[in-house]
Amino acid sequence: MTITFELNGKTTTWEIDPVETLLHALRRHGLTGVKEGCDTASCGVCTVLLDGKPVPSCAVPAGRVDGHAVLTVEGVPAKARAIGEALADEGADQCGYCAPGLVMSLVAMEKELDQPDDREIASYLAGNMCRCSGYASQTRAIRKYLGGES
Amino acid sequence: MNEVGKSLPKIDGVGLAMGRPAYADDLAPREALVVKALRSPHAFARIRSIETAAAEAIPGVACVLTWQDVPRVAVTRAGQGHPEPSPRDRFILDEFVRHIGDEVAVVAADSLQTAQLALDALVVDYEVLEPVLDFEQAEGHASVLHPEPEAHENFPIGFEPQRNIASAYEMHVGDVDQVVAESEVVLRRTYYTQAQQHVALEPMACATWLDLHDRLNVISSTQTPWHVRRIMARALDIPVSGIRVNKPRIGGGFGGKQMIHGELLCGLVTLRTGKAAKMVYSRREVFSATNTRHPMRMDITLAAHRDGRLRAIDMRALSDTGAYGEHALTVFMVAGAKTLPLYNKVEAVRFGGKTVYTNHPPGGAFRGYGAIQGNFALESALAELAVELDLDPVELRRVNMIAEGETSPIFAIMGEGTEGVAQTIDSCKLPECIDRGMELIGWADKYPRREVAPGRVRGVGMALAMQGSGIPGIDMAAATLKLNDFGSFNLLIGATDLGTGSDTILAQIAAETLGVSTDLIKVYSSDTDRTPFDTGAYASSTTYVSGHAVRKAAEKMRAALTAEGAAMLGCDPGQAVFDGAEVRGPDGSISLEDLSTRLLYNQNQKQLCTTGSHLCEQSPPPYMAAFAEVEVDTGTGKVDLVDYVAVVDCGQAINPNLARVQVEGGLVQGIGMALTEDVRYGKRGRLQTGDMMTYKIPGRQDVPRITVELVESHEPSGPFGAKSVGEIGIDTPPAAIANAVFNAVGVRVRDLPLTPEKVLMALRGDRDA
Repeated sequence: MTITFELNGKTTTWEIDPVETLLHALRRHGLTGVKEGCDTASCGVCTVLLDGKPVPSCAVPAGRVDGHAVLTVEGVPAKARAIGEALADEGADQCGYCAPGLVMSLVAMEKELDQPDDREIASYLAGNMCRCSGYASQTRAIRKYLGGES
Repeated sequence: MNEVGKSLPKIDGVGLAMGRPAYADDLAPREALVVKALRSPHAFARIRSIETAAAEAIPGVACVLTWQDVPRVAVTRAGQGHPEPSPRDRFILDEFVRHIGDEVAVVAADSLQTAQLALDALVVDYEVLEPVLDFEQAEGHASVLHPEPEAHENFPIGFEPQRNIASAYEMHVGDVDQVVAESEVVLRRTYYTQAQQHVALEPMACATWLDLHDRLNVISSTQTPWHVRRIMARALDIPVSGIRVNKPRIGGGFGGKQMIHGELLCGLVTLRTGKAAKMVYSRREVFSATNTRHPMRMDITLAAHRDGRLRAIDMRALSDTGAYGEHALTVFMVAGAKTLPLYNKVEAVRFGGKTVYTNHPPGGAFRGYGAIQGNFALESALAELAVELDLDPVELRRVNMIAEGETSPIFAIMGEGTEGVAQTIDSCKLPECIDRGMELIGWADKYPRREVAPGRVRGVGMALAMQGSGIPGIDMAAATLKLNDFGSFNLLIGATDLGTGSDTILAQIAAETLGVSTDLIKVYSSDTDRTPFDTGAYASSTTYVSGHAVRKAAEKMRAALTAEGAAMLGCDPGQAVFDGAEVRGPDGSISLEDLSTRLLYNQNQKQLCTTGSHLCEQSPPPYMAAFAEVEVDTGTGKVDLVDYVAVVDCGQAINPNLARVQVEGGLVQGIGMALTEDVRYGKRGRLQTGDMMTYKIPGRQDVPRITVELVESHEPSGPFGAKSVGEIGIDTPPAAIANAVFNAVGVRVRDLPLTPEKVLMALRGDRDA
């Protein structure tokens, strides 16, 4: 089937398999910043923004984005760089596999929450798992990135 | 020091956060065939026949392979040195399937959907066999998992396949039975540790293709590129020189990628079809068809004087290696080798037992690698002994623990699969770790318990741990430094950064040795064609072993630069000094930028390239003192971890931020093993926890306050005083948390994890789970 949607700000038309997930369609078209982790919407590494809201792209049929707007890590290079630097400054980046998904959730969180505290941040980002860092360093990095206390 | 000891950002962090293509599936050829395995629905069965014609007829299917199509060569999938200390008990595909999820056949197709259709079209006739599902009944069971004559051990490891024994081991120092018989206090306990999943967020992935020289190229998410190359060559019956293995960035490993996974099947598809292929595991495949931590039963006897001085430790273990013997012997040995030397003042010590086959997915390497199993038993038993003796558990450890300048006979007796290497402990800051940890957790105020609300009791518990730094006499690493024009360097290392930051800290070591800034060191790593050798990222070896190789290469480069600078300045090399910025002689100087550029373009033209290699000669342990505070709900049995303090002696931290995060991340994996992570099987061996909805790793909201501190320490044998830090973080949480739960509510849980059910049952029962 054919879908037309806005991908990282550009109108895009793709031929997709009707049973394909958004994750697989994106990766098949070279957007490999979107990672595959769990296949059950549990880990968050495939997070993209659908009409501005973070969603696990492994749980979104590609056909559903017809007429909608999808933003991936490839569409937010400046934000991704800034967040990546904040993570790296704390040694929180580690294997990096969860980082693009975390970037996308943070981009959404910044729009949605005003000066969140640690508990609100942990709640908002609960769907973004990390197996390397133990989260503490990510929390330190996110706090610094948001301009709060270090 | 200018570069070592600084928390520099990891060199790949920003690129990874930006989503640049970096992992195996990102870099696989776009036209690669999709390889998928048909997986066994039976825990144990013989394949009578497989009908492949219908699958092969589907448009887009490139090939279907069964056990009858593959070379009959026994291999191990354990990524270990040559010859491997694990039994060679596997084939690329076999007539027998030995666990639910085991590989029955393989298909390669032009898309995932087509591959799935082809799998569905395969018709298999199984002769279902009686499985072995209880590891305590495995030895001598009527069902024999490995009757095939080709399975063998490379050297004596106690392999007795007819009795379902993958390996066996025995050691002793002194007469344990006599000392136990004479002792005033004897404590005998049994502990169980469960299977644990690694859950690296990147699933296993690899891609293969034939290049224009007709060589098999492999890109693989592996911790051991050289072992992958060697084992692939054996299994596929092609020369080692015909294979190149390259490790790109890895999305986490934790030991899970110290085994070979899709490489053999994927490589075979490429060899048979001539086409590029890739094999990316689904999460369900990762859970059901890779490896777990080996579950163990530990029977421990402690004998002591009434005043708390330990006289003997006797540890008997039984380990479940599942269907295949990957790391069977070595994980087992580490359970003793990386715990028993902590208490080196005993008169007698004994360790031994067996690793048995069952029809569960195989055990394998996992961060902690036996040490966490042994630590849970030993550190729980010591806490129980402290209760028996009415002593403070911290004091009990202080009286008995190893100290600087001391040794343990175990170092010489127990290596990994072979004998060990004698060593004296030159750095051990356990007293400082304990003092600081007690202060940070508030031990004096909190031990043992306080009721914070009706039905909610808090308690504190503690545990010590040791690990190692590489495998002495076995682990070898090499590094090459190449000088570029305008004064930068390529650092080519075999070392395998699996997300830990080893590329970064090895660049720091090179920079420190050369006296230059780390950003002048451009790292390329883990490529069997293009970098020198390294045994791989395991056994806490990279900083200590690969670090020395880098230091040696850099020292040679420094000497070469000094000599070439002196030649350009027209002076004797002995009169010249290189300070990182310039070579100075008695009558002038030349900058690194000028010198390097002139060497390539203008004067005395040559390529400066230096190589260092390092064999691990000893394995200085890092140490940790850990303290947990828990809050137990006496109405539900739920354990909430409130605070976790870990104070670590890892020698000089090359990069303090990265060292700290290694410990924080390890702790949280250990906390998962202590509280929620549980691999469960049904009555017929079916995995009940095959996805991340049913297998619970700690999430962001589950993690308590964690405080990690590194104490000042310097290991004389380490590069710039460093020891390892990659594994020790995971070792303590099971024991420290179990001890805290006991101190809080008086129930002792001896089988992991500490679920609310177990705690509640114990609270309601005899207070003894």
